Amino acid sequence: MHPKTRGKLVLTVVGWLAAGLIFFPIFWMVLTSFKTEVEAVATPPKLFFTPTLENYITVRERADYVHFALNSMIISVGATLLATLIAVPAAYAMAFFPGKRTKDLLLWMLSTKMMPAVGVLIPIYLLFRDTGAIDTRWGLIVVYTLMNLPIVVWMLYTFFKEVPKDILEAGRMDGAKPKQEVWMLLLPLSLPGIASTALLSIILCWNEAFWSLNLTTSEAAPLTTFIASFSAPEGLFWAKLSAASTIAIAPILVFGWMSQRQLVRGLTFGAVK
Amino acid sequence: MHLRKIVLLSSAGWIAGTSLAFSQGQTLTIATVNNADMIIMQRLAPKWEQATGNKLNWVVLEENVLRQRATTDIATKGGQFDIITIGSYEAPIWGKQNWLLPVDDLGADYDYADIIPSVRNGLSFNGKLYAVPFYAESSFTFYRKDLFDQAGIKMPDKPTYDQIAEYAAKLTDKSKEQYGFCQRGKPGWGENMAFIGPMVNAFGGRWFNEKWEPQLTTEPWKNAVNYYVKNMREYGPPGATANGHNENRALFATGHCAMWVDATSAAGYIYNPKESQVADKTAFTAAPMQVTSNGSGWFWAWSLGIPASTKKADAAKSFVKWATSKEYVTLVGNEAGWVAAPPGTRKSTYDNPEYQKAAPFAKVVYDSIVNADLTKPTKDPVPYIGIQYVAIPEFQGIGTAVGQQIAAALAGQSTVEQALETAQRSTERTMKQAGYPK
Repeated sequence: MHPKTRGKLVLTVVGWLAAGLIFFPIFWMVLTSFKTEVEAVATPPKLFFTPTLENYITVRERADYVHFALNSMIISVGATLLATLIAVPAAYAMAFFPGKRTKDLLLWMLSTKMMPAVGVLIPIYLLFRDTGAIDTRWGLIVVYTLMNLPIVVWMLYTFFKEVPKDILEAGRMDGAKPKQEVWMLLLPLSLPGIASTALLSIILCWNEAFWSLNLTTSEAAPLTTFIASFSAPEGLFWAKLSAASTIAIAPILVFGWMSQRQLVRGLTFGAVK
Repeated sequence: MHLRKIVLLSSAGWIAGTSLAFSQGQTLTIATVNNADMIIMQRLAPKWEQATGNKLNWVVLEENVLRQRATTDIATKGGQFDIITIGSYEAPIWGKQNWLLPVDDLGADYDYADIIPSVRNGLSFNGKLYAVPFYAESSFTFYRKDLFDQAGIKMPDKPTYDQIAEYAAKLTDKSKEQYGFCQRGKPGWGENMAFIGPMVNAFGGRWFNEKWEPQLTTEPWKNAVNYYVKNMREYGPPGATANGHNENRALFATGHCAMWVDATSAAGYIYNPKESQVADKTAFTAAPMQVTSNGSGWFWAWSLGIPASTKKADAAKSFVKWATSKEYVTLVGNEAGWVAAPPGTRKSTYDNPEYQKAAPFAKVVYDSIVNADLTKPTKDPVPYIGIQYVAIPEFQGIGTAVGQQIAAALAGQSTVEQALETAQRSTERTMKQAGYPK
C-alpha cells in the first residue's frame, strides 16, 4: 500500500474510533430507553432484546414534557440573545479600541467562571426571593446571561480580532457612524463566528442543571429538572431515566445537527489567512 | 367490584368530610422523591384535588437534590414549597429550628394512636410531631432460600454477623458470579454508612459517648469495619465501592447475591416477578446482630412536612392528613394492589388480612420497625437519637466523610486502622467547630 494511502487509512480509522467513543454513551442511552428496567441493569449488558416503548409512555404520563421543553427553549434562546446583545458592543470596544487593561479585563472576566456556582447560591437565592424571581423564566434568563457572558465576550472578541481593521476604517472614511460600522460591516463579516458563539451559548444554557434545579420549582422548570425527576434513591430507574434523557436532548441534538455546517465554519473562522 | 365501589365512594365522602373545613381552590406546591410509593401518591392525588377543589403542583427531585433544594428554601424562608417530603433525620432537626409546622392537630379521626410508636418518636422533637409518616422502613436480611436449601443451611430467626460470614463463605461461587455478601460500598451517610452504622451498633459500638466525644477508634468500630472489609473483599461482588442500594438491589434481583442486608421497603420489589428474577426464591430474616441487637436494624421514615413559610397551611394539612391516613392505605390497596400499600407506618395495615396475604414479609418488617428504637440505638448509653444516623445537623458531613474513609479502606487505599484514625480526627474537628459538647 502506498504510504500516503496508509496514512489516510490510519487517520480515518482513528477518526471513526474517536467519533464512536464520543457517541457511545448517547447510543447506549437511547438503547437503554427501549429496554425494561430489569434488562437495563442486566449483567452482562444486553445488546439484543425486544424493544419496548413502555418507558416513553410512563415518562409521558408522569410529566408534561412540552411544558419543560418550552421553558428550555425560551430560557436558552432568551439568555443567548441577551448575552449577545451585551457582548457585541463590549467585544467591539475591546477588539478595536483596546486600552491598557483590556487583556487583564478579559482575563478577569474569564476568571469569574472559575468560581464554583454553589459558593454564591445563598446570596443569589436571597436576591431572587426579594425580587420575586424564584421559579420565573426571566430570573433564569438573567442568571444564564451572566453565566455565559464571559465566554460569549471572549469568543466574539477573538472573532472580531480576525476582521481586518482596514475594512472598518474604510467604512469610517465613507462616513459610517460607529453603530452603522458594527451593524453593516462588522456583524455581516463575522456572522459565522457570532452564529457559532450563539449556538454554544444555547447548548450551555440547555444543559445547565445547577441553577435550574435550585431556582425553579414548577412554572419555569426546564428539561434538566424534568430529567432529574426520574432519578430515584430506591428502585430501578435507568430505563425511564434514559427515555427522559433521550427526549430531553433530542431537540438540541437535531438543532446542533442542522447547524453543524455553521458551527464548524464559525469555529475555524479565520483559522487560515 | 361492588366492594371496590363502596370503598371508593366512602373514601370520597370521607375526603369531602374532612376537607370541607379547609380553604378551597388553592394551588399547593409539593416536593417529593421519585420512589414507587410516591409515584402512586401522585397518581391518586387527583381524588383529593377533586374532593377539595385544590390543586397540586408536583416537584419531583432526586433525594440529595431535594434535600439541598428544600434546605435552601426553608432556611431562607423562600416559601416555594407548601409540603415537602423529608426523612426521619430531618424532621426533628428542622422541627427544633422551627422550620416546620407541628402536625399533631390533624383531628381525632386521624387516629394518631394507630401510628407505630417508634415511627412517631422518630419524627418528633420535644414531644411534638413535625412530620407525618408516609412510609417507613427498617433493614433486614434478604437471602436466597434455594441456595440455602441446596447447601443444607437453615437461616436462624436472629442471625449473628459471625454466622452470616460463615454462610457467605459457603455460598460464594465467583465462577458463577454468585456472591455471598452483597452490601453497600458507595460512600455517603445514606449509602454505605446506612449499613455500617447499624453493624457497628450490633458490634457494641457507638458514634459518640455521653460527652459527645467521637468513638471511631474504639474496639467495636475496629472489629466491625475489619469484618466488613474482609467479608466484602472475599465474598462481595467486584467494584463494591460503587454499589449503593439500587446497584445491590439489581444484583440481588438478577440472582447474583446469596445475602443482602438492606431496606425492608425493597421486599415488595424483590417479590415482584416483573422486577425480580428471584421473586419465588427469596426469604427474609432479621438484620444480623452480634454482641447486641440494639440498633442492629436501621430506621427511616419518608414523611410529609409543612414548611413554616407556607401561606396555605390549612390546605397543606388537609393533604398530608389524606395521604398518610388509614383510608389512604386502603385506597392504595384497592387501586394498586395490597402489596403496594405504604408499609411501616400504621398498625392497622399489619392487622389487615388482605395485606398479610399479599405481603408475606409483613410480620418480619413490622417486628423490625417496632424494635428499631431510635432512643436506645446502642449497647452503651448515647446522648443522641437515631440508629444509622445521629440526629444533629453536622451528621451529614461527618457521616459522608467517615463513609469515604471506609470506602478507601475497602478499595485497599488504606488500612482499616488508618481509615478510622483519619475519620476520628476529622469528626473531632467538626464537632469542635460546631461547639460540642453543648
